[in-house]
Amino acid sequence: MRANVHVKDRVAIVGAGLTLFARRLLETPQELAWEAASRALDSAGLTLRDIDCVVIGSAVDAFDGVHMKGEYLADGAGGFSKPVIRVAVGGGTGVMVPITAWWHAASGLCKTVLAVGEEKMSHAYPHPQGVFAYIWHPILERPLGPNLIWIFALEMAKYMHECRVSKEDIALVSVKNKRNALDNPHAQAPANITVEDVLKSETLVWPVQLLDISPVSDGAAALVLARESVARKITDTPVWVEGVGFALDSSFWYNRDLSYPRYVEQAARMAYKMAGIERPWKEIDVAEPHDPFDYKELHNLEGLMLARRCEAPKLLREGYFERSGELPVSPSGGLLGMGNPIAASGVMKTAELFWQLRYEAGARQVKKSLHKAVANSWGDLMQAGTVIVLSR
Amino acid sequence: MGIPGRYVKEEELKRMAGVIEYKPTAKYAYSAGQALSVFLKGLREGKIVGRTCNSCRRIMVPPREFCEYCHSPAGEWVELPGTGRVETASVSYISARRAKLREPEVVAIIRLDAPGYRGDEPDFPGIFHRLCGVTEEEVKGGKVFGARVRPRWRPEGERRGSITDIECFERW
Repeated sequence: MRANVHVKDRVAIVGAGLTLFARRLLETPQELAWEAASRALDSAGLTLRDIDCVVIGSAVDAFDGVHMKGEYLADGAGGFSKPVIRVAVGGGTGVMVPITAWWHAASGLCKTVLAVGEEKMSHAYPHPQGVFAYIWHPILERPLGPNLIWIFALEMAKYMHECRVSKEDIALVSVKNKRNALDNPHAQAPANITVEDVLKSETLVWPVQLLDISPVSDGAAALVLARESVARKITDTPVWVEGVGFALDSSFWYNRDLSYPRYVEQAARMAYKMAGIERPWKEIDVAEPHDPFDYKELHNLEGLMLARRCEAPKLLREGYFERSGELPVSPSGGLLGMGNPIAASGVMKTAELFWQLRYEAGARQVKKSLHKAVANSWGDLMQAGTVIVLSR
Repeated sequence: MGIPGRYVKEEELKRMAGVIEYKPTAKYAYSAGQALSVFLKGLREGKIVGRTCNSCRRIMVPPREFCEYCHSPAGEWVELPGTGRVETASVSYISARRAKLREPEVVAIIRLDAPGYRGDEPDFPGIFHRLCGVTEEEVKGGKVFGARVRPRWRPEGERRGSITDIECFERW
């Protein structure tokens, strides 16, 4: 840990677990949280008795229609009779979960932390798009009857216009990630598709088409984090949290240039500084940027400074971000391939990097030497950036 | 060990025990607040008003009581001409609840003309609204980006002090 932060203890990830990601699961949110948490504990060879604190992430109360999602999930997440906190920054929640778990341990407050992200979108009926209406400003925006895809379409269109990017170029992200997901047994939407398929899929809000978006999903993901002295006893191959960063832009999303996510850059700079990374485009070996939409992967790669502004589409076309490329991106299959249970998805991305850095990713394993990795999530009214840097 | 989680089809779910349907009924009466009340009153009079930050001097539309960048109190009110340029636009084929629309809607961010602004700043006074008289093709071909637009006001008697007092923005 460098310059911008004082930490009492170095912190490592020592275990990870996932449920299936699918459109409609039989399990309740609590059962999903319990399954993922149990998997993560098992993988570390621990039981709940070994855990000091619990961090829960869930993005949207309205999916469940229950206004105490933290308490609601806590029993399943292992929170009984322990210090528990729930975090929520919309789509940015996923990576905020391990970030929050990190400071619980780095501060010296807890030796071990169980970190659980859960979302069950499917029970908002008939479609969760209806409850997204409650993100809007009640006076200035809601009277226009917006749906959430509108604003992302506006951002995508701005990015395309400003950077002269074609729909074909962007569709390549969906093609890559859905193909990567073929190797992921937890995935909801693995597929061998072509750019043509994306361009022929239903147009929802131009330029966003059905295959440009990650599907509605249910699922949970969990991690176990521990301070260094404890982590070394649990495993010979801890994955270190080298840096964390998070930043929030203004909620007035139509008062700024949307072609670039400056708040993602802010969060990334904070995390890289902590990790001692000066040239992320050279030093990062594998990345899991937030990809709820295909253009978002490119947008986030630029915000994470892994590509220059407007350069990500060109690198993608050249195969740079393939699993066998210079900088493998979303080897998990991303949210486009895995599905997007919002808060679980960023935890899943962190878990994927954990497995990649330990060479435990099986058929998905990136076949080159890996040292440093970065994941981010992004959300709310195109304003929240959360970033985590890991190393082996 | 298998992967936990059992996928169920919608028809299957409906036949299962314990499935309930529930629709919340919550009502709200929102106050617009100090700054927005003035803005909405302006709309009723067919005017777009913004507010200057005393510290960084930017013009804020929608106006606020404080500048969130500087965290300092906002200063004088400025009436803007209402004209602007299309910053970005999209065409929606679905409703707020994801039902298919009969006629697609064009929505946009408008970068408003304001004194002291050149038009290429990363931060700007702006409005989120519908565009009218613009075809799908003009959006898809990128022609509408940067187009000059102005508000089409509802007739005076029909204005209620709402964002919908502007019917849409149209080219001129």
